[in-house]
Amino acid sequence: MIIGLGHYLAVSAILFTLGIFGIFVNRKNVIIILMSIELILLSVNINFVAFSTFLHDMGGQVFALFVLTVAAAEAAVGLAILVVYFRNRGDIAVDDINLMKG
Amino acid sequence: MDLPTLLPAVAFYVFAASAVLFAFMVVSARNPVRSVLFLIMTFFSAAGLFVLMGAEFLGMVLIMVYVGAVAVLFLFVVMMLDIDNVELKQGFADYMPLGGLLGAILAVELIVLGSSWAFSDTAQSARLAPMPEGGDNLGAFAGVLYTDYAFFIEAAGLVLLVAMSGAVVLTSYHKKGVKRQNIGEQVARRAEDGVTLVDVEPGQGI
Repeated sequence: MIIGLGHYLAVSAILFTLGIFGIFVNRKNVIIILMSIELILLSVNINFVAFSTFLHDMGGQVFALFVLTVAAAEAAVGLAILVVYFRNRGDIAVDDINLMKG
Repeated sequence: MDLPTLLPAVAFYVFAASAVLFAFMVVSARNPVRSVLFLIMTFFSAAGLFVLMGAEFLGMVLIMVYVGAVAVLFLFVVMMLDIDNVELKQGFADYMPLGGLLGAILAVELIVLGSSWAFSDTAQSARLAPMPEGGDNLGAFAGVLYTDYAFFIEAAGLVLLVAMSGAVVLTSYHKKGVKRQNIGEQVARRAEDGVTLVDVEPGQGI
């Protein structure tokens, strides 16, 4: 029972799907949507590290570090926007975000 | 089957199953606080997977950055905002069939794609930074991080700096009608601004 690249890719695929699923079912709660995005980025990282390991290439792990950086920055800015939105509106219902009439 | 091959396999299945289970709990939990706690457990399991793959440094960084910083940030925001969890959970059942269907299709596609993966013959020669033989993960990481990828890590630092300033600028706000000390104004003040000489005529007021 050797654990190969396919096993890790399957785990990553399931995590990615759960992230997409989370965005779909939690249409109103923007905090859960942000957490789902974190799950998606985590699955991308698992992919990078798996390929890095099985190809013996450090480039994948370095790139995973950069994905981690961007994920942290995105969480900080996203939550800051959320706090400002809550301060202005008193709730965080995503359905009501239509100020820009997009 | 001997122990050295069985043990990593068992560890893989334990970590993979817990990662998937906790990830599902993240998106389906009723309370956002519980979602954050399940997210922390998901990241712990993923860090276990990273260590199993031999990426010890990234596994530890995942725990430090995500559990130590990002998850705590989420927890603070979730607990700070006074939101109605029941109302936010409405529509969960409505979106469930469509979301489940799309998710299942996506998962099957990705798993079929991943399981039929094969390395091309030229993949070995096209590597960016081949791992040194027999070295540890941290040494291999450090060997390329500050040499080949020095520019990129500085760019990553810049991204973090911009994100930090952005978050501070977004969330800082000044209450109207509160007097504050303005040091620049105080320092720039001169005698001519503050003192007025009035020539008062005798017998008259000012």
